[in-house]
Amino acid sequence: MSLLDIDERILELVDLVDLDVSPFDDKKAFDRQVDVGFVEGGCSNEYNVKELREFRKHCRILISVGACAINGGVPAMRNTIGLRECLEAVYLNGPSLEGAGMIPNDEDLPLLLDRVYPSHEIVKIDYFLPGCPPSGDAMWEGLKALLTGKAPTLPYLLCKYE
Amino acid sequence: MVAASFKFNIDGIEVEATEGQSVIEACDEAGIYIPRLCHHPELPPSGNCRVCTCKINGRHSAACVTPAAHGMVIENDTPQLTSDRRAVIEMLFVEGNHPCPYCVASGDCELQALGYRLGMVAPTQPYQWPERKIDATHPDIYLDHDRCILCSRCIRASRMEDGKTVFGFEGRGIAMRLNVDAQGGLGETQMAAIDKAASVCPVACIVIKRHNYQVPNGSRRFDKTPIGSDIEAKRTRRQS
Amino acid sequence: MHPVEVIEMVSFYAFFDQTPRGRNRIRLSKTPISMMNGAREVAEAFGQSLGIAMGETSLDGMFTLEWTNDIGMADQEPAALVNGMILTSLTPLDVPGIIAALRHEEDGLGLSSYPPTAAQALKLPKSNVRPSLIQAGPLLTRPVVRARGLKAALAMTPEKVIEEITSSKLRGRGGAGFPTGMKWRLTRKSAGKEHYILCNADEGEPGTFKDRMLLAEFPDLVFDGLTIAGYALGSQHGILYLRGEYAYLWETLQETLRTRRSLGLLGANICGRQGFDFDIRIQLGAGAYICGEESSLIESLEGKRGSPRDRPPFPTERGYLQQPTAIDNVETLICAARILEKGVAWFTSYGTKESAGTKLISVSGDCARPGVYEVPFGVTVSELLDLVGGADAIYVQVSGPSGHSVAPKDFGRSIAYEDLSTGGSTMVFGPQRDVLDVAMQFAEFFVEESCGWCTPCRVGTTLLKQGMEKVLAGRATLSDLSEMEALGQTVVRMSRCGLGQSAPNPILTTMRNFPELYEARLAAVPFTPLVTLHDALREAVAVQGREPLSEET
Repeated sequence: MSLLDIDERILELVDLVDLDVSPFDDKKAFDRQVDVGFVEGGCSNEYNVKELREFRKHCRILISVGACAINGGVPAMRNTIGLRECLEAVYLNGPSLEGAGMIPNDEDLPLLLDRVYPSHEIVKIDYFLPGCPPSGDAMWEGLKALLTGKAPTLPYLLCKYE
Repeated sequence: MVAASFKFNIDGIEVEATEGQSVIEACDEAGIYIPRLCHHPELPPSGNCRVCTCKINGRHSAACVTPAAHGMVIENDTPQLTSDRRAVIEMLFVEGNHPCPYCVASGDCELQALGYRLGMVAPTQPYQWPERKIDATHPDIYLDHDRCILCSRCIRASRMEDGKTVFGFEGRGIAMRLNVDAQGGLGETQMAAIDKAASVCPVACIVIKRHNYQVPNGSRRFDKTPIGSDIEAKRTRRQS
Repeated sequence: MHPVEVIEMVSFYAFFDQTPRGRNRIRLSKTPISMMNGAREVAEAFGQSLGIAMGETSLDGMFTLEWTNDIGMADQEPAALVNGMILTSLTPLDVPGIIAALRHEEDGLGLSSYPPTAAQALKLPKSNVRPSLIQAGPLLTRPVVRARGLKAALAMTPEKVIEEITSSKLRGRGGAGFPTGMKWRLTRKSAGKEHYILCNADEGEPGTFKDRMLLAEFPDLVFDGLTIAGYALGSQHGILYLRGEYAYLWETLQETLRTRRSLGLLGANICGRQGFDFDIRIQLGAGAYICGEESSLIESLEGKRGSPRDRPPFPTERGYLQQPTAIDNVETLICAARILEKGVAWFTSYGTKESAGTKLISVSGDCARPGVYEVPFGVTVSELLDLVGGADAIYVQVSGPSGHSVAPKDFGRSIAYEDLSTGGSTMVFGPQRDVLDVAMQFAEFFVEESCGWCTPCRVGTTLLKQGMEKVLAGRATLSDLSEMEALGQTVVRMSRCGLGQSAPNPILTTMRNFPELYEARLAAVPFTPLVTLHDALREAVAVQGREPLSEET
């Protein structure tokens, strides 16, 4: 969503690119190859992995955007704890629970991975745009580079891990 | 008695040094920045992090523990060394748990600042996700072991400056951890918030309680200018 | 002293504990040689018989069972260290007898004094270390007459002794090859309250055991060498730093020292030489490979963690207790004693131009006659293989994990400082062995033995091991390999001491010399994830009791 932070520059952008699959439209799945994909968020369950693999399959260049995609972010706080302990702490032994709890186990729920993985540990990532979120300027800088066929590099003031 | 002075060469620049100075001290004085992490100008050097490794007379040596000597030829700012240093910074990022977005030191963190300066966009070595503890037993200080990079600054400061020996290492190899001088945690040691050891941590492992976020993100030490700019400014001033 | 300092030291050494462990401590050696000779089966037998897994302590507190890195017995493995005593050539059938003997408490085995005595060891089955010397050369030709070299030295001035050693071109036998004469001269001329001469008997490089053999079979020659060095560099104090694994030699070494004192070979005015007072003490290590590195050894001798020091200052200027110190390998000291006894010309008539004399080689693995061989420098790997009965080797690891992985194409290379420099460890692997599996075990070894002081070694060794795991699982890609190689080179360039600088060698040298083995295991895709989806979901499947939604794993 930090793409929107590029503000009015988005008007410039729409003249130059076609948006295919994105949260801005209602298209949920790829039906063709695209040039560039941006992924945000790490992989915490099997669905995330599937979706990320779909992105990799359909994007010529895949970019990992933001701290969660790069190191798992806040969800990765569970990574040092272990999945079982984490689920039990939340659903069985939590201090706010009344009565016996249960770990949600609906068959439609995707299974959680043993930890939250950054995107580059699941698929090949071509470039990274760090930040939490990356600033509009950083996004714009990255986009400009890609549009001119260059590797995105960020100047000091735009490269932030936070 | 005035210490004898002599010259050496770093990246083609002549630097004047005096007997007893380390390479890093002499270069700092001359306004030439050698990236470093565990080194602290007010503490004896320890050579833990190896970020300041230079090629000195053809051999890789850490500039913080190498005495400057007449006629030395040093390579510092080379693509190879930058890449090796970046790899070492990456190792530290994946060895501990370093979530910059919600870390109190972000913008003020020397590890992060070196990542920026050395061109690390994202660490790509596998994250190790070690299980580490937070020690909040002290009324004024908390210890967040997730962030510890085992630089030994606090150990040195506590032993040499504070005369207390509050900190030490425990274990060896990848299992090595920072340890405190009491089984019940930092709160049971002689540590005080005014100790040197409380103010030398390059990351957010030793944090003084109730003093954070006084400087907002965006206005912190390394938000606008790269780490080492202060040192480099000395040289720029001299030249202009 | 602060508690934090005590823990700092105790937690560093494998032989110290912070919590009580079993009264009987069974430590099985896990060198690749031990493993291929059946250590796993022996471990299982111990485990079954005691009802515990490796690393665990029995409920009654009687036994702790664990793996340990090399214990210097590679010619008679599987071997174990039991309460400091050595058991060799173990099979699963030996296990019940060993446990029964240890349970027999009135024998005092479980509460044995440390270091153990030979009388205690006699009560344990398989507690017999076979003499390891298979082939003696000029250096070790018997008879060995005690103090001959020493008396010859004492007839000269100390400066003349150093001159003799210098012209003999003797170089350090630990593998680094520093000229011994120069080391002694530098130490002698350094100013200090005291001068120290240390004998490095911390031979921890997996696969080497020649120093153990020398200490067991030629202790007087070692002490002659040490005393000569003491005389040459103006020292009154010699210290033998004996690795904890060799504690079983303590009793006989002390006995040798007592005899030497009674003969006037130690103490005041040695051999009647007025003013030459010198004595030797022995200090035990406690299980840390890094302490074979000389500056770590000094730290350890001072009762601290065995982390290396930064140099300069070199030990020759400021070493043990900040005083001028020379540290020499056991074999180097024996060479020195013999050079004084037999002359420089005798010594330099063996070996090559840059590597004078002979070298003791510890041979183990897939060969007919494992043991110690004295060979002249310049001998080729294939000559050595013929000698030991290992001609069908497909791979030889020269100088231990930190050394060189040599492929058959290079068996014509020679053992010498100018070619394959070695401390003596030579592990031979036959056609049935998996070279990369051995490299993996070496990578693990460095993870366990890294001292942790510096980042590249502390973290890099773990990352390299993880990279190697991916290779062995057949999941590494070409780019994983090039990244692993780059990482290994960074660790070599950036590490603080020789351990880190050589820790990537097993991987880097097998990559160079056995590229086809890596290629055969490559995943033929551009990318594979760090962990397979199947593995990443295993815990959830166990917790939730259902299978993943997607078929693809």
